[in-house]
Amino acid sequence: MSKTGVIDGPAALASDEVASRSLRQIVWARLRRDRLAMVCLIILIFLYLIAIFAPLICDLLGVDPYSFDKESISDSGGGPVGAWGGISTEHPLGVEWGTGRDIFAQLLYGLRISLLIATTATILTVFFGTVLGIVSGYARGKTDAVIGRIMDLILAFPFLLIILALSGVLTQRLTDLGVPDGNPSRIMYLIIVLSIFGWPYLARIVRGQVLSVREREFVEASIAMGASRYRILFKEILPNLWAPILVYATLTLPTYIGTEAALSFLGIGVLPPDTSFGGMLGNSVSYFSVVPSYLFIPGTVLVVLVVTFNLVGDAVRDALDPRAGRV
Amino acid sequence: MSAYVVRRVISMIILLLLLTLVVFILFSLLPADPARLTCGKGCTPAVLEANRHKLGLDLPVIQQYWEFMKGLFVGRIYAADSPDPVVCNAPCLGYSFKRGEEVLVLIKDRLPATIWLALGAFILWLAAGISVGVYAALRRGRWQDKTVMGISLAGYSLPSFFLGLMAIFFIVIRLQLLPYPSYVSPFENPIQFFQTMLLPWIVLAILYAAFYMRLTRNQMLEVLGEDYIRTARAKGLPERIVIRKHALRAGLTPIVTAAGLDLAGLLGGAIITESIFSLPGLGSLAVNSVNDADLPVIVGITLVTATFIIVANLIVDLLYAVIDPRVRLVS
Repeated sequence: MSKTGVIDGPAALASDEVASRSLRQIVWARLRRDRLAMVCLIILIFLYLIAIFAPLICDLLGVDPYSFDKESISDSGGGPVGAWGGISTEHPLGVEWGTGRDIFAQLLYGLRISLLIATTATILTVFFGTVLGIVSGYARGKTDAVIGRIMDLILAFPFLLIILALSGVLTQRLTDLGVPDGNPSRIMYLIIVLSIFGWPYLARIVRGQVLSVREREFVEASIAMGASRYRILFKEILPNLWAPILVYATLTLPTYIGTEAALSFLGIGVLPPDTSFGGMLGNSVSYFSVVPSYLFIPGTVLVVLVVTFNLVGDAVRDALDPRAGRV
Repeated sequence: MSAYVVRRVISMIILLLLLTLVVFILFSLLPADPARLTCGKGCTPAVLEANRHKLGLDLPVIQQYWEFMKGLFVGRIYAADSPDPVVCNAPCLGYSFKRGEEVLVLIKDRLPATIWLALGAFILWLAAGISVGVYAALRRGRWQDKTVMGISLAGYSLPSFFLGLMAIFFIVIRLQLLPYPSYVSPFENPIQFFQTMLLPWIVLAILYAAFYMRLTRNQMLEVLGEDYIRTARAKGLPERIVIRKHALRAGLTPIVTAAGLDLAGLLGGAIITESIFSLPGLGSLAVNSVNDADLPVIVGITLVTATFIIVANLIVDLLYAVIDPRVRLVS
């Protein structure tokens, strides 16, 4: 399901009558007035800080995601002792079935991995989508046709299936190339495939914008002055594209968090003892009829994370282009 | 028009050929040796080598590709020079030695569940998405609109597997409103069929409807701002007709595009929904084949799915011209 519409308007924005303020100042002022967006932004910063300082927080609370706690699970069957998955002062969100590992600590480390994958993949997607979109729109002709066909090809693939099918071998390839074995390779694989299947959507949008921007007078002037192609592409044209790119990025990040969770749910994410939201939800399938908190704790955090990102993304779009979206 | 159709069909065929080639090259990277699957526990290198030859895996990738394409049109015989050759009739999409079955037959067996799932969800999500979207557009800025947009945001922020698992937990396990999902053909046992499909339909439809509500609403708002709507109103047409005949028709085009592509994508198998509700569709066949390293099946499903998407692309573009006369098909 493609969630990106064509975003019109950066051209209209640039020629706004408030020429004395830069685009960034205008957008920031609009964003600041949006109270919901500011609250979400603060939540996001908070979540990133939690992710970054997860080991520190776990130390402070005296929990860690790796150590087994045999006392918190029953001897027969390995289920957690106590209500709601064994919630106690020692384990604020309960313990894992069979091992007694702390769910709260797992959640923090899972957040870390989810954000790492989604953020890096978004940055790569934006980079490749922008560069290839600009090149394709500016060069036109053969280059455009080749890039266009590659995009068609990628968009026609059932990407979930391909990612699943190739995970084993490509993770191995990465290990052969010198990426540490195990989770680093698996994380890197997810980042790479998410970016590969993600950039064409952005490239299409950027290409469409470039096609109109390249006809404007300042580009012509720059060509007449003998500017290099690099200068024209990245110093003259690119600054006009920030609005759609930024909007796309803020709405892609939550999509990637969801996709990463889905892939981990299907079993190709990080391996235990590490985990991510999708992995935790995947594990919950066997137990959630007995211990529902296994399902609801990671699920709720995941939904909150994605909703917050989407709200910020919407707000950024409104701020950049008030005509689109809410009208 | 016909020249345009011909041109599009030709470029579609080229894209399909390219796609099969890329799929072949991609999967030739896999170390998973399909020959090993044909050769049980007492496997000797000699038997393995023979099986590899039988499957045509000792050939270079390009030649394997050629054999595959040929099989698609004239059929294919595996291990023609051995005592027990395996015949795969045209159109031969490959042969799964793991399951001892032609890939096409496997796909055909699994296709009904996938089609039922996709169609049911499609009808639900279009009906809900478009009607609620139009409603929100007509009440724009008011609390109804804000509520709808809030629900839509929540809807598409919910990961499908979380939604599916919650549905099973509350409706099947706790409230016991529905029995545990177990798929049967609607022609065998319609009641059990509906009991099984209801939750998957709703879960899938919620995810897509959330997106279509937004799309429809934004489309409608854009169209309602057009001059010809003002003209229609000025002429004194009843509001109902302005909305239905003038605004909706113009606003529908991008929705048709998105809907066609989404439906095609789903026909390739909703991997997650199918595995959560244990539906025997293409998606769960794909996941099982990945786990079994059953290469021919994976290649087959990938190609079938990609074909759905590419063909849907074409149909959508042609439909576009029918719905919206402003679209000109000149080259």
